[in-house]
Amino acid sequence: MVVFDKPHALTDAPLHYCPGCTHGIIHRLVAEVMDELGIEGKSIGVAPVGCSVMAYNYFGCDMIQAAHGRAPAVATGIKRADPSKVVFTYQGDGDLAAIGTAETVHSAARRENITVIFVNNAIYGMTGGQMAPTTLPGQVTQTSPYGRDVSVAGYPVKVAELLSNVDGAAYIERVAVNNVKNINKAKKAIKKAFQNQIDGKGFSLVEVLSTCPTNWGVTPEKALTWLEENMMPYYPLGVYKDIYAEEETK
Amino acid sequence: MAEKVLMKGNEAIAEAAIMAGCRHYFGYPITPQTEVAAYMAKRMPKIEGGVFLQAESEIAAINMVYGVAATGKRVMTSSSSPGISLKSEGISYIAGCDLPALIVNVQRGGPGLGGIQPSQSDYFQATRGSGHGDYHLIVLAPASVQEMASLTFKAFNLADKYRMPTMILADGTMGQMMEPVSLDMGEVETYEKPWALTGTNMEREHNIVNSLSLVPEELEKFNFERFEKYKAIEENEALCEEFMMEDAEICIAAFGIASRVSKNAVIEARKQGIKAGLIRPITLWPFPKKAFAKAADKVKSFISVEMSMGQMIEDVKLATECKKPVTLCNRAGGMIPSPEQVLEAIIEANKGGDK
Repeated sequence: MVVFDKPHALTDAPLHYCPGCTHGIIHRLVAEVMDELGIEGKSIGVAPVGCSVMAYNYFGCDMIQAAHGRAPAVATGIKRADPSKVVFTYQGDGDLAAIGTAETVHSAARRENITVIFVNNAIYGMTGGQMAPTTLPGQVTQTSPYGRDVSVAGYPVKVAELLSNVDGAAYIERVAVNNVKNINKAKKAIKKAFQNQIDGKGFSLVEVLSTCPTNWGVTPEKALTWLEENMMPYYPLGVYKDIYAEEETK
Repeated sequence: MAEKVLMKGNEAIAEAAIMAGCRHYFGYPITPQTEVAAYMAKRMPKIEGGVFLQAESEIAAINMVYGVAATGKRVMTSSSSPGISLKSEGISYIAGCDLPALIVNVQRGGPGLGGIQPSQSDYFQATRGSGHGDYHLIVLAPASVQEMASLTFKAFNLADKYRMPTMILADGTMGQMMEPVSLDMGEVETYEKPWALTGTNMEREHNIVNSLSLVPEELEKFNFERFEKYKAIEENEALCEEFMMEDAEICIAAFGIASRVSKNAVIEARKQGIKAGLIRPITLWPFPKKAFAKAADKVKSFISVEMSMGQMIEDVKLATECKKPVTLCNRAGGMIPSPEQVLEAIIEANKGGDK
């Protein structure tokens, strides 16, 4: 008999996320991976500033909260202090792709042996729906009320594509959590990103396309459709870099 | 007596840190402190568990420090004035999470990009907490290469003892000059760190290192508790050197390299029959208030000798409750006062007292 249960690596703390937000799914995937790899006891997670700031309450492993954008630097310190620990960051798009761009690129360039879970929902959720570095052209937000005008606000940052050009990055994949099939793929990618670290393979980042029904102003169901119709064409899913797979095929 | 070696101030800091058990250094090049990083880059890879990492920015460096500090291991960074401004957000987090770490500021003239010559114009920044929010650092101000070493060693012990960031506030002169140093540093104090992120090993509840507190009643409580700790530090850890203060009528207040210059001026003033003395704060926070309060009942006036537009002078006035006049004798922008300039200020103050 299969019993659907809460992963051990998730605490009993009630999640604060809005109804329909896919952070909960992604938290669960990370926790399931920790359970399956048996690494909860030696994992240290770094929470960002943004919607997932309180992730430190939800994961059962040791946790630290980092200043906005600095999670990869904090993770670097922890990993260098004790390489036997499994160190991961959990960051949103504002945190990772705007204020924390330098930390992201340089931890990848150093092939820092950490795992980065990057949640891209094309908006600043915590502060109430402002334009993010990943907000799509034409997308309406509180700070792009007439739609993102690229002649004024510039273009979205495609993190997976960007990091695939960084020599130090070991594994970069973009996934989505819009349906069961993709959720399963997302879990596989997250598991690989953690396994890579255990195997000493270096910087692994999984970009997860996620929804924000509250700030997109749509129902949770419509948000999934919006993600499929708008985000997925602009941010195609797939493996952008896997240096070990490349080596294997050579 | 221990054998002495000739060392540059910046190198003395680095070696003393290693002796204090610091195995993690994160930095970013900036004059005039780069020798600290260069020394660490050479030494750390040769020591078991030693980590030297040149970060992509001062901001990244201090956040790497934050990460290591959370694991309970001894860690430091060093920089110079503009770099400390960049680190200040991170320092605020380290203070807000009650983590021990050492930050070294080998000051240069400012504001802005300023210059690369020695200065003391980050006094406010260091003693008032540099970043956002209510917090303090224990700030130690060396006045010799020997103290660059011994105060660095002490700073690590104090950081662990009180679970808070400490700072060495030096300047370009102290960093660059060479003097003989005894590396007989004393004992590395060890403290239990049950709060450290070491992995739960599935044997305990998870540890959380965090400064977020959305309930104001709770955040207020944390602030009050932290300031109880600060009160104990003010009571127990203030340090200063008193020089010719027994019968002094004119009291100079000066720290770091300015105190060395002032000492010469005091000796010269004594030769001219003026009863001058010097109080040299070794801890800038906590400020040695008691020494100044005691002096305020005896001397005619105070002179604050500073390489800034006058910052410590405010603490001298507070500590003496403005019982006696306090004047400023200063240079700024990377200039160092001469003994003659300080002597002139002493002569002037002495005349003032006769009126």
